[in-house]
Amino acid sequence: MSTYDLVVIGAGPAGLAAAVTAADAGCRVAVLDAGPRPGGQYWRHRSGADAHSHTDWAVFAGLRARFDQLHHHPDAALWFVESRPDDVGPQFAVHTHSTVVYGRRLVIATGAHDRVVPFPGWDLPGVVTAGGAQALLKGQGVVFARRVVVGGTGPFLLPVATGLADAGATVVGVYEANDPVRYARHVGAVLGAASKSTEAGRYGWRMLRRRVPYRRRTAVVAAHGDEQLTGVTVAAISPLGSVVPGSERHVGCDGLAVGFGFTPQVEVAVALGCETFMDRDGSLVVRIGPDQATSVPGVYAAGEVTGVGGAKLALVEGHLAGDAIARSLGRAEPLRAGERSRLLRIRRRLRRFAAALHAVHPVPAFWPDLCDDQTLVCRCEEVSAGAVRQAVRELSAGDARGTKLLTRAGMGWCQGRTCGYATACLTAREAGRPVSSVDLQGHASRTLMQPITLADLAGDD
Amino acid sequence: MFIFDGRSIPHDGRQSVAAALLAAGIRSWRSTRVEGRPRGVFCGIGVCFDCLVTVNGVPSQRACLVVARSGDVIEPQDERRERT
Repeated sequence: MSTYDLVVIGAGPAGLAAAVTAADAGCRVAVLDAGPRPGGQYWRHRSGADAHSHTDWAVFAGLRARFDQLHHHPDAALWFVESRPDDVGPQFAVHTHSTVVYGRRLVIATGAHDRVVPFPGWDLPGVVTAGGAQALLKGQGVVFARRVVVGGTGPFLLPVATGLADAGATVVGVYEANDPVRYARHVGAVLGAASKSTEAGRYGWRMLRRRVPYRRRTAVVAAHGDEQLTGVTVAAISPLGSVVPGSERHVGCDGLAVGFGFTPQVEVAVALGCETFMDRDGSLVVRIGPDQATSVPGVYAAGEVTGVGGAKLALVEGHLAGDAIARSLGRAEPLRAGERSRLLRIRRRLRRFAAALHAVHPVPAFWPDLCDDQTLVCRCEEVSAGAVRQAVRELSAGDARGTKLLTRAGMGWCQGRTCGYATACLTAREAGRPVSSVDLQGHASRTLMQPITLADLAGDD
Repeated sequence: MFIFDGRSIPHDGRQSVAAALLAAGIRSWRSTRVEGRPRGVFCGIGVCFDCLVTVNGVPSQRACLVVARSGDVIEPQDERRERT
């Protein structure tokens, strides 16, 4: 058994930056990634030929060029992680289907997946997450539908819509539930991240060119179809955030890409006992110190798991984590002091921008009102909003654990990854209190993080 | 080509089963255990487990992650039938 200085979990921007920074300082580094190629969701690609469709591809190429100094394990989704400290210090065993990897330090850079809240018809074939539409396009070269509606909230809807339109889909409309005009209240934060505004402008121009209509304060409130999606109902949202009665209209489409921000994948941190809290956007995130260290000695976190903030912030956090780890192991300092303080400044600025983004694009408060009692909340176990409400009202299921045990919401194949946020919110709302980090933790705890076979278990040491 | 439900489906050698099925105009390939409702791709990145298929006899594989290979036999998953 050989022990690496550092095991990085996730090969997206944060993980790559942490890995190469630590490796540059002489650390022995292993990178475990669920995907077949490094890059994560952000730099998802089929081959090098896809470079033109990516922003910051040069950054990725630069990181990948430094890759041969570390051990990259592709297709290595981890299913279990354990802390095994010895006389030398912290040590971790990371179990994947093919191998067990040991490390003195751990970087959790597992990123995030789309956050979707339920609405009538959201389980129809033809309804996909915004990230799913993007992954099919960039990772597979497939446009998932011909006539597409893009809905939800957040800036990510723009690249999804323009990507689909550029690839030949008819994008009927982009429906943003919130009002981006409110960025005006966050002028300082927005100007501090000028490149982000430029990026938004570029997408705006591409939408104009492709004649993609963009409607703010408008939401998809239902999806229709029998065996698959045939259309959606969209409605206007009042300045106070509720659906304007009588404003509903039908839009025909065979595809809906929907997203309400992102849910960080914090299960590794939760399994190791790292402190978490509820971020401003309502997501459960890992609490870190100035050097990206979590509350558990030897465990660091970088990127979306510490608070959703985008790829540039993830890169900065990754570099800082790799730097801090190399120093904690007594290696040469990878970053000069000036460079470190520059990264800390950028991190502060990008976090301010992320906070503004979260303030402008919250998950709209009206969503539980859209869910009639028949609307599914948990897709895997087919648990309706009515069943969750009834469990709270009549069976006194006051928390996530109660709802799970009584209804099985969050206990199916996906283990609450898809419905955890919504179930936690519905339960708290029905119990007449605000949702808390404890509610979210109840749906984020997955000791076994992937389905495994008995043969996997038997073959593990 | 791989076989899905008795039908030959083209793929480009790098595509996931889900991508090849979508490109062939197939939108759903699983029916749920309780209500028998049709499901296909939802998250597209291996998170939601909605797109499960049987690949060469091995059930419950995520179609969005499994790379299609020529000669594969892919079957839709009817979970209501399997329960009874």
